[in-house]
Amino acid sequence: MTLLSKILGAASGVAITCTAVAAQAEVLFWSTQAKPVEESQAMREQVLSAFEGGVDYQPNDPGPWLTRLQAEIQAGSGTIGVLGALHGDFSAMNPDDLVDLSDMGVMSASETFNNLAKLGTDTMQYIPWMQASYIMAANKEALQYLPEGADVDALTYDQLIAWAANVHEATGEPKFGFPAGPKGLKHRFFQGYLYPSYTNGVVRTFASDEAVTAWEKFRELWAHTNPASTNFSFLQEQLLSGDAWIVFDHTSRLAQAFNDRPDDFVAFPAPAGPTGRGFMPVLAGVAIPNTAPDMEASKALVSYMLKPETQIATLRATNFFPVVDVDLPDDLPPSVQAAGNAVAKMSASADANPGLLPAGLGDKGGDFNRVFVDAFERIVLANQDIRAVLDDQKAALAAIMEETGAPCWAPDAPSEGACPVE
Amino acid sequence: MNAGILPYVLILPVTLFLCVFFLYPFVLVAQQAFSDGSNFTLENFREITSHWKFPISLKNTLLLAAAVVPVQLALALLMATMVTRMQKGRDIVLYIWTIPLGISDLAAGIIWLAIFDQSGFLNSMMSGMGLIDKPLNLLSYQNPGIVFLAIALAEIWRATAIMLVILVAGIGLIPKEYYEAAEVFGASPWKRFLRITLPLLRPSLQTALVLRVILAFEIFAVVAALGGTLFPVLMGETYSYQFDLLNNRAAAAMALIILAISIGFTLIILRVLRVPKGASI
Repeated sequence: MTLLSKILGAASGVAITCTAVAAQAEVLFWSTQAKPVEESQAMREQVLSAFEGGVDYQPNDPGPWLTRLQAEIQAGSGTIGVLGALHGDFSAMNPDDLVDLSDMGVMSASETFNNLAKLGTDTMQYIPWMQASYIMAANKEALQYLPEGADVDALTYDQLIAWAANVHEATGEPKFGFPAGPKGLKHRFFQGYLYPSYTNGVVRTFASDEAVTAWEKFRELWAHTNPASTNFSFLQEQLLSGDAWIVFDHTSRLAQAFNDRPDDFVAFPAPAGPTGRGFMPVLAGVAIPNTAPDMEASKALVSYMLKPETQIATLRATNFFPVVDVDLPDDLPPSVQAAGNAVAKMSASADANPGLLPAGLGDKGGDFNRVFVDAFERIVLANQDIRAVLDDQKAALAAIMEETGAPCWAPDAPSEGACPVE
Repeated sequence: MNAGILPYVLILPVTLFLCVFFLYPFVLVAQQAFSDGSNFTLENFREITSHWKFPISLKNTLLLAAAVVPVQLALALLMATMVTRMQKGRDIVLYIWTIPLGISDLAAGIIWLAIFDQSGFLNSMMSGMGLIDKPLNLLSYQNPGIVFLAIALAEIWRATAIMLVILVAGIGLIPKEYYEAAEVFGASPWKRFLRITLPLLRPSLQTALVLRVILAFEIFAVVAALGGTLFPVLMGETYSYQFDLLNNRAAAAMALIILAISIGFTLIILRVLRVPKGASI
């Protein structure tokens, strides 16, 4: 062995040791959020880079996310330091597997969110991290076809249907866009928007006569919806391509359209029905699994995520809004301004009918969503009889509610015990 | 070492590997499918078979297999006889024909998506030739026939080669003397194919069909890429039970149903194409 190769060998050995040490000290942030490459890059570079000790931010799909987490929990030891996920992802977990975070001294400004974060126990199982909502957005070209007397900031479902019909007639193409793709969030539209707006409920009123009306209205809207919507999951793409002019989606799934061409699009509140303007928040949280290797570092990272400046950096990176009280700066990206205004108008409207996220469903959250997705596929895509489908799906919904014993959440009237399907 | 033990020693590593990574997980899956956490139950099977999508996905899977496998069989036979007749360039043709085998099935699905998509090659070609005014949305819920056709085409393109490879090897094993004798008696090429190639190819046909039919029941990625949720198949439902609904007992039950169907068809193929004892070449 020559001297040179000895030196090289020693140098590479030292280098490998250094990386190993560095990798070990970093906290693994295992997340279902900020998955698109640009967002995870922004999380790493702008949000987490200032954290002392470093963070290894790894986003993944909810399925693999949970699989690895459960494997670590079952093994009793793990490498994941902090979890970032939606409320629904956490509620599918056993609260015993998460560290009690009540004594962290940080929480969100919203009492509702803090209660959701208890996951049905008496203590905080996760800390609310960031929030978003669903809004409507339109190409400005479409505004000229608004029906007479309609205010884009206070639309009703009937006006929306008329508007979409006008656009359809004028352009010869159905231009309403709906996130009905495999990864689209269509179920949230039914749970948080259509049902509350027409039936003032979600579970109790699932198969009511008002629900039949709601689905009839949705069918009318669907007649003016781009049939390729069954492939749409991020409506920003269709807004930018012009395949859809009027759309409904998650604020962060519309952001790119506003950031790329801020002058071409408008954001506005969801429409209102006979029982008000239904809408629902999206809540993400951070938690620590019992198997976290370095509890101190994990807790420090959770506190760091809730700092006002981190929350604003997160807003810029992901288009999810802060959950703590912060003074928003003026130079926010166009998407944040547009979405923020639309959400503010939505919650401030006189007929606002805010709903809550499904709670208490445990690992049946996916089945709960499937009830609504199935209803959509059968009623709208397969054109089956609405009454028959709802009566059939009702049994599946009732079984989920009974099995989990989940009490009703707003806008459903409170229940004693499991929320009944009436 | 005792020559009698040697073969067993040699297959020991593989056997161990299969036991640890195949048999053991399989037993766990079977346990999951038949339990509700502690007790034996058939509830998981009742749950999945009573869901409204189950008959549809079962029908779709069987229909797809019924449409794809015979076409692939015919194509593979044709291609295999062509290849064996070639004097020059045989290897090159064979390599080119087997390229799709090396592509992952999801990638194959995406390739065909690029063709059938609203802004895909087919649409641009048709509008370039003036056949249509604006791009058509071919893969939509309104055209279930086209969705089916696209999936079938992608599958045929992707997986015919696996049968081809087996059949080419099988044809190579048939002694030339049979053909020479048949020619002497004036048998036409078609007759030679029917009376010599097909019967003597039986063992290879058996293998090729068993392999292909099992793969046809496992179809997943191509369907996911081209049909999304429009064309539910058994494997796609299994995935959604496991990862969307986080219900691994139902997913396990679904997997066992696919296994049962595969075993059933394997037995049928083995029986129909059985080689009589002592009748091998």
